[in-house]
Amino acid sequence: MSTATELLYLISAALFILALRWMSQPDTARRAVAAAVTGMALAVGGTLLHPEIVTYKWIAIAAIAGTLLGIPLARVPLTAVPERTGLSQAFGGLAAGLVGIAKYYLWLQSGELTHFRMAVVAGEVILGCLTCTGGLLAAAKLAEWMTTRPVTYRGQNIVSFLLLGVAGTLGVMLTIDPTQSWMFPIIIGLALVFGVLLILPIGGADMPTVISFLNSYAGLSAVAMGFVLENKLLIAAGALDGSSGFVLSIIMCRAMNRSVTNVLFGAFGAVQTAGKVAEQRTVKSATPTDAAELLTNADSVVIIPGYGMAVAQAQHRVRDLYDQLTKRGVDVKFAVHPVAGRMPGHMNVLLAEADIPYDRLVEMDDINPEMPQVGVALVIGANDVVNPAARTDEKSPIYGMPIIDADKAQTVIAIKRSMNPGFAGIDNDLYYAPNTLMLFGDAKQVIGDVVKQLTGEGH
Amino acid sequence: MHLDLLTALFVFMLATFLGMDIIRRVSRLLHTPLMSLTNAISSIAVVGALILAGEAKDNLSTWLGAVAVFASTTNLVSGYLITDRMLRMFKRREVKKS
Repeated sequence: MSTATELLYLISAALFILALRWMSQPDTARRAVAAAVTGMALAVGGTLLHPEIVTYKWIAIAAIAGTLLGIPLARVPLTAVPERTGLSQAFGGLAAGLVGIAKYYLWLQSGELTHFRMAVVAGEVILGCLTCTGGLLAAAKLAEWMTTRPVTYRGQNIVSFLLLGVAGTLGVMLTIDPTQSWMFPIIIGLALVFGVLLILPIGGADMPTVISFLNSYAGLSAVAMGFVLENKLLIAAGALDGSSGFVLSIIMCRAMNRSVTNVLFGAFGAVQTAGKVAEQRTVKSATPTDAAELLTNADSVVIIPGYGMAVAQAQHRVRDLYDQLTKRGVDVKFAVHPVAGRMPGHMNVLLAEADIPYDRLVEMDDINPEMPQVGVALVIGANDVVNPAARTDEKSPIYGMPIIDADKAQTVIAIKRSMNPGFAGIDNDLYYAPNTLMLFGDAKQVIGDVVKQLTGEGH
Repeated sequence: MHLDLLTALFVFMLATFLGMDIIRRVSRLLHTPLMSLTNAISSIAVVGALILAGEAKDNLSTWLGAVAVFASTTNLVSGYLITDRMLRMFKRREVKKS
């Protein structure tokens, strides 16, 4: 590798670090993208200078095809960002896995397969392949192409780890004798299956954590590739990505008061707790007119959005409601739970899309002490993150998870499509509380009706 | 340029700690764009794929390399574009349209 290339790689790594640093605040965040793009351009430019590259034909064809797929993927609705992320992690894993496989066979033929190279190639291929199938399965779950409930069977964790253990053992055996090439395809297959088994038992409510973990794996596959290709830039950039995924998953786990192992192997929300007898409980339902009246008469309103708001694409109607209420002097805030939605920060992006100023978005810990003074808590398509069972019912699978204390507000209005339990499949006592009014219907429709009531008053 | 294992581990260790420290400071507001940005950065794997597809040593490695270039370019392009698209939406103050 030439000195020029090495220097370009050095600048590129510095730009990636600056980019992540500038991501800390919205004011500087767009600069972050510019820095990261420049860093990537330098890295690609430096690589293309590489003397070993003899033809640009395949590179050009593949890069054009990738760009053609990348542009539409960047234009998906913001509600589909979680599955796009899963897909992108799958692609990252795929790239790492394929490079590892190609390197193995090249080195095997030329007799350059040292023990060290074999060990890192095995690591790269295992990480890359499991990230690939794991990312695909996560995307399928997030897009609801398959059940969002955990898929479990007896002895699942044992089977999964046996598989990974066998793959690891074969990797070690290959490292000892790299010429036993029959083992290599088996390692690939086991890693691909392990990726599926890793995601299958994970339920919908844990997706924000899992998507962060996959981010970490995708980064680690790039690191492994860096060890294989002896490339410092790959190691540095991959490590930044890996640690970012790790930090985000820790933040998500804390927001649910659960340990990492519990998220990965606990099969959260598998079955509705059988302890509760299917008693007939009544809910009070309200009309948009009632809701409009309650909201305008309140001094303060806290809106708690959840994935239901996203599915209904209701964020723009929510914005209209925010405008109408603010005009009447009602103090409107948005309380965003860290795991609301299906990936970290999902709700914030949707509210930003609807032009809601981000200084109106309040974090859970800041809003909870104020909740008893709040006139109306308006829950839009959020479920588990406002379920009081997390505080009171020790038997509930979400017991101990920090929640937004919507139930403590003077009045709660919950907008929901039906009484079906949410993504995680857990029943919610909030809906049966005496101070709760249910507004049934599609969130976009219902909020539109409420807004119509408000504008119809001739203000 | 030869890279020995210890130097590689050193780079890995430093970048990991640095990354954890920087990411912890990222506002919760921006976690989704942060994730799509780091996705885009992890498409740095393109560096390895480019060499493989370009050195054309044999059919298998060229093909695998080209598919890897395709996969990483997709990530690179879509990751940056969508991050920028999301970040454009974050506004502090009201911009009155009417």
